[in-house]
Amino acid sequence: MGAVLAVALAAAGCSSTGGKRAEERAAEAAEGRAAVNTPRWTFAMVTHSGDGDTFWDIVQKGAEQAAVKDNINFLYSHDDEANQQAQLVQTAIDKKVDGLIVSLAKPDAMKAVIAKAVKAGIPVVTVNSGSAESKEFGALTHIGQDESIAGEAVGDELNKRDRKKVLCVLHEQGNVGHEQRCAGAKKTFDGTMQNLYVDGTNMPDVTASIEAKLQSDKSIDAVVTLGAPFADAAVQAKQTAGSKAEIDTFDLNAKVATGLQTDKLGFAVDQQPYLQGYQAVDLLWLYRYNRNVLGGGLPVLTGPQIITKDDADALADYTKRGTR
Amino acid sequence: MSGSTAAPDQLDERLVRTSPLRKLLGRPELGSVVGAAAVFLFFAIVADSFLRASSFGTVLYAASVLGIMAAPVALLMIGGEFDLSAGVLVTSSALISSMFSYQMTANVWVGVFVSLLVTLAIGAFNGFMLTRTKLPSFIITLGTFLMLTGLNLGFTKLISGTVSTKAIGDMEGFESARALFASTLTLGGVEFKVTILWWVALVALATWILLRTRFGNWIFAVGGEADAARAVGVPVIRTKIGLYLGVAFAAWISGQHLLFSYDVVQSGEGVGNELTYIIAAVIGGCLITGGYGSAIGSAVGAFIFGMTSKGIVYAEWNPDWFKFFLGAMLLLATLLNAWVRKRAEATT
Repeated sequence: MGAVLAVALAAAGCSSTGGKRAEERAAEAAEGRAAVNTPRWTFAMVTHSGDGDTFWDIVQKGAEQAAVKDNINFLYSHDDEANQQAQLVQTAIDKKVDGLIVSLAKPDAMKAVIAKAVKAGIPVVTVNSGSAESKEFGALTHIGQDESIAGEAVGDELNKRDRKKVLCVLHEQGNVGHEQRCAGAKKTFDGTMQNLYVDGTNMPDVTASIEAKLQSDKSIDAVVTLGAPFADAAVQAKQTAGSKAEIDTFDLNAKVATGLQTDKLGFAVDQQPYLQGYQAVDLLWLYRYNRNVLGGGLPVLTGPQIITKDDADALADYTKRGTR
Repeated sequence: MSGSTAAPDQLDERLVRTSPLRKLLGRPELGSVVGAAAVFLFFAIVADSFLRASSFGTVLYAASVLGIMAAPVALLMIGGEFDLSAGVLVTSSALISSMFSYQMTANVWVGVFVSLLVTLAIGAFNGFMLTRTKLPSFIITLGTFLMLTGLNLGFTKLISGTVSTKAIGDMEGFESARALFASTLTLGGVEFKVTILWWVALVALATWILLRTRFGNWIFAVGGEADAARAVGVPVIRTKIGLYLGVAFAAWISGQHLLFSYDVVQSGEGVGNELTYIIAAVIGGCLITGGYGSAIGSAVGAFIFGMTSKGIVYAEWNPDWFKFFLGAMLLLATLLNAWVRKRAEATT
């Protein structure tokens, strides 16, 4: 303890590497202003995101930047409880918004309230999850990734990389989308694939669980995590367990980009969350302005995009500013 | 209680000499030690890879991350209080350290030090509010838990612009801080995380405080009967604030481990872990009502938890049933613990 204090006090200086200053040096100030002079419409986005979710943070950023460009007053709210999410949609209807963006993770709970919005003449765009229900509920378009297709792409990529035994790490037990991803990968993958459930709110425990699995089965030659933060935990687990497995992941962030560059990770599957937010706002604007609808009644897919070392260099800067 | 063992000349029961076996049977952690042995044997039989040396390193790591927090939480429970904010406080501590270093572009040790001060201040806030308002610790720390959850998210978003912190791995002081909080030691070909050392040190310190110092006596006294303790001159307020400071200090160590092993911290983490700490303390023989328990017991509790959660993976059971197995194992261990304690008490 004393030693810690002594070191901390002695080192009470500045870091010449990294940190905010480095970021500011590199930052380009792109001042946002509207590119159009259409009336200031209000669009609301209601998602099933939990608190502090990295993925939805990027979706929101995309939506906000499109809103600035389209001269839109953008409102964002979220709740991971289906019932609460439905109530948030109701408040948006009560506010008589000019457009509504909703994610349908739990479609049944959202059906009635979306019908209300459609009846009230509010155009609805669904994002991320709910491609099957979107049209039936009366939404204009669905923008997102089909989780099964994304999983299948992973299975194909694993085949290409000659993997034989793969571990699929699920960090949220009971999440339908997660199950679909692993099931999709299992479908196209020629080798064997096992699921491992870990507690996503406890990082050291995620690491230890993957470590335990890799130790008990040395023949595992690839680990697929379903979220960017968990890829790093898998990399550490691999090192401790002395495993040779390749680590691959869904989603992208700055750490994943660096991991790809340094060969710590094999590939990442991006569903381009920025695009989901950006397009949803932009498509609503197009509908309001010009009655345009994209997709021809079919979902507009934003993924899966497989990212490897070659792409990572180009994407690293965008991940650092939090838009990829 | 003493009865048959008391000497005929009516000695004070506290002066009665008891045999070492009796002493052992009276220890609070005895039940959990038996439980740990049972869990160990069970997984040694059903999971082939459980007995490997490398697996032992993994199980100890899982136990140590939990055990670092379980030790001060056990002391707090012996002192008759809860801390529901402990799980999120770990995340807060990591966030403060990371964001301060990054925003000030300071050597990361500065952030680590600032984080220690702020984390201790939050612990002191818990203790101060508790002793000042006389509300149950359940309510006070539930409030802190919710506030910290919101602050973690709000501040991180406000400062970093995203819900996780920026990477500080390229900053000065990172390597030395990582060596202290998140390094790996290789011993006989097996890798052990440094958290295991922190864990052993904290449990030893907590045990020494509890059994060999005046403060330790105060803890038992305020947990058993606070009013009686105050009547005989125990500084109840100081003791309880001290206990919360202990939890905060351990949260700081855990938080720095989190930061320096992953270099980026997710602001939404840590929710739910507070219950795991309490579970480890309870398995280790702490009474929920206070006044009874031990720090070593909390370590055994953490060890049981580590063995169970990782043993299920080693045994390669169907993962769909993971949580069920975990719950059943914990319940069995606790029941065995209670049963052994009852037998032990019956014979004294």
